[in-house]
Amino acid sequence: MSEDVHLSQICMDFGSFRAVNNVEVTIKPGEFFSFLGPSGCGKTTILRLISGFMEPTQGAVKIGGKDMKGIRPNARPTALIFQNLALFPLMPVWENITFGLEVRGVSKEIRRAKAEELLQLVDLHDSADKRISQLSGGQKQRVAIARALAVEPKVMLLDEPLSALDLKLRQHMRAELRAIQKRTGVTFIYITHDQGEALAMSDRVGVMSQGVLQQVATPQEIYNNPVNGFVASFVGENNVIAGKVTFVSGGMAQFETAKGSFQAKLGASVATGDSAKLFVRPEFCSLRSANEAKVNSIPVEVTEIAFEGNFVNVFVRDQAGDTHMVQVQNDPSVPPPAPHTTCQMVFNPESCMILSEAATSRHGH
Amino acid sequence: MQELIRRYGISLSVIMAAMTAFWLLALVVIPNLVLFKFSFRLYLPVDQLGGPNDVYTLKNYFTFFNSPIHINVFFLTILYSSMVTIICLIITYPLAYILAKVLKPTDTATFFLVLLIPLWVSEILRSFAWFIILSMQGPLNAILTGIGLIDKPIRWISGFQSVVIGLVYAYILFMLFPIYNAIQALDTNQIEASQDLGASTWRTHWRVIIPHAKPGIASGCVMVFMLCAGSVVVPTTLASTNSRWFTEIIQQWMFEGLDWNVGSAYAFLLLALCILFVSLVMRVLNVRLVDIAK
Repeated sequence: MSEDVHLSQICMDFGSFRAVNNVEVTIKPGEFFSFLGPSGCGKTTILRLISGFMEPTQGAVKIGGKDMKGIRPNARPTALIFQNLALFPLMPVWENITFGLEVRGVSKEIRRAKAEELLQLVDLHDSADKRISQLSGGQKQRVAIARALAVEPKVMLLDEPLSALDLKLRQHMRAELRAIQKRTGVTFIYITHDQGEALAMSDRVGVMSQGVLQQVATPQEIYNNPVNGFVASFVGENNVIAGKVTFVSGGMAQFETAKGSFQAKLGASVATGDSAKLFVRPEFCSLRSANEAKVNSIPVEVTEIAFEGNFVNVFVRDQAGDTHMVQVQNDPSVPPPAPHTTCQMVFNPESCMILSEAATSRHGH
Repeated sequence: MQELIRRYGISLSVIMAAMTAFWLLALVVIPNLVLFKFSFRLYLPVDQLGGPNDVYTLKNYFTFFNSPIHINVFFLTILYSSMVTIICLIITYPLAYILAKVLKPTDTATFFLVLLIPLWVSEILRSFAWFIILSMQGPLNAILTGIGLIDKPIRWISGFQSVVIGLVYAYILFMLFPIYNAIQALDTNQIEASQDLGASTWRTHWRVIIPHAKPGIASGCVMVFMLCAGSVVVPTTLASTNSRWFTEIIQQWMFEGLDWNVGSAYAFLLLALCILFVSLVMRVLNVRLVDIAK
C-alpha cells in the first residue's frame, strides 16, 4: 500500500537564493515522518518538490525507487493536504471526497459508496450531502483527509493542516491523524513548525534550518541528544551557558565558563579547546539550598514564579544577571521557593550537553 | 453617508451627493421618464396637440409588432450581439486566467496598461480605425495577401462580420475585467489541489475554475450583450449595405422621421426585450442576479 520516499541530494534554488541545500533522506514505507523547522527553513519547498509542483534544481525525488523527474502532480502517487485544506466550496462533501475518483472516470454509484466508506473512516457520519461552509474546522479537516485518502495515495503529504485549529481540537486531531495513518499504513510526510506536533505524532523527525536538514532521528533522540545548538533550542526549552571545552574523557567533558566549571556530555562536532555552549533543559534543573552546593551548580536568586498547572516554571537570576528557568512538578506539599530566595541551581552532568552554537548553514557546503 | 462625511467633511460630501443625484435624476431618470411618456403619445401636427386625438395609446408599440422587417432586424441584433458575447468570452477566458494565475503580478500591471490604453481613444475613432483596417485596400488585406495567405483581397465590410469584429473589439474589456476579478479571487491552492488529485488541466478548469468564475462570466456576458445591443456608433460606422442594427432603426425614427414617439417606443421595446432575453438565458444557465452583483 505504501512506498518509500528517497530524497537524493536535493537542492532547490530560487534565483540566487538556495531554499533547500543538499537534503538527503529516506522515508520508510508506512512511516510517519515530520519535517520540523521555523518558517522559511525550506520545509514547504520540500513538500512541493515531492508532490511535483516544483522540480529540484539538483538531485532527485524517488518514490518507491522510481525517479519522479518530469512526472506532473496529477500523475504522482502522492496526495497533498494543504495548509488551508483547499476544499472545493461549490461541491458538496461527498463530491469533494471523490473528486479524485471522478477524474479517473469512476461511476457515480461507486463514488457515492466510497464517499460513505471514507466518511466512516474519518468519523464523520451523515455529512455526505452537506456543503463545505456548513462544516466546522475539525470536520473540514476530516473531509480533507478523506479526499486525499480517496485516491489511495502511496504517500500522503501534509502541510501544517492543523495550524488553523484551536488548541483542544488540534491535540485531538493529532491523535486522530496518527490513528488514521496506522490504520491505512500509508506513508505520511508531515510539515510543521510546531515541535509538540512533530514529537507527538512522528516515527521520525527531520529538523531543518536554512534549507539544511540538521538532524534526522526519533522524537526521543531529537529531544535528548540534539546534534547542535539549533536543534537543541528549536526543540524544547534550554538554559544556555557559553564557554570552552578544556578536557574530554569518555564522552564527558570539562567546560570552563564565566559562571564556573561544569561537567557535561560532549555533543557531536565539538572537541577539546573549542568554544561552545552548554545546553540544559529546565526540567533537568533543580533548586537546592545555598550550602548544599556540589558539581554543576550556579548560585542564583529566584525572580519570578510562573504556575502552569501541572508544572511550575521558576525563573532565577545568576550573579552575572543572566536569567535561567527551572521547571518543577506541581506538588502542593513541596511549594517552589518564594521570589528573592537565594539558592543553587543544579543539574546532572548526564542531562546536559555541550554543542556547537550554530546550525549547519545554507552555504556551509 | 456618515462615513463619507467623516472622511471628506460636510461641504464636500454634500457636493458629491448633489452631483450624483443631479446625474441620476436630471440626466438619467427624467429624460427616460419623458421618453417613456412620449412612447404612449402620438406624433401629431402642432395644431392637434391637446385636441381629441392627443390620447395615450399603445399604437407606437404595435408599429413594431406589425413590421416584419423591424422584427427581423431585432432578432438579427439579438443574434449577433449573442455571437459577439460568445466570441468575447472565448477570447477573454484564457486571457483572464493567464493574467490572474499564470503571470507574475508585476507583469500583469504592464499587460493591463497595454490593454487599457486603446480605451482612451473615443469609440468613434476606434470604429473608424477598424473601417480603415478592414477596407478593401486596407492594411489587413495588404498583410494577408503579402504573406500569401489569400490570393485577392477579401470584402470584410459585408454582412454583419465587420460589425461583429468592431463590437468584439469595442467591448471585450467589459468581459475581461469581471472574469479576471473572479479568477483572481480563487485560491490558487484549489487549482493545485485539483491537479494533485489527478485532474487534467481541462478538468480543473471545468470543475473548479469555471464554476468559481461563473458570476464573473455571467456579469461580463450581460454587460457585453447589453452594450452590443444598444450600440449605435459601431454598427453605423462598420455596417455594410445589407446589415442593419436595431438601434439604427430607432435613430431613423427619431432623427430622420422626427417621430420621437415611435422612436422611444422602439427604445423601450429594445430594453424590455433584452432584459427578458438575458433573464431567460440566466435562468437556463442557472445563474442568479445576486451572484452577478457579488
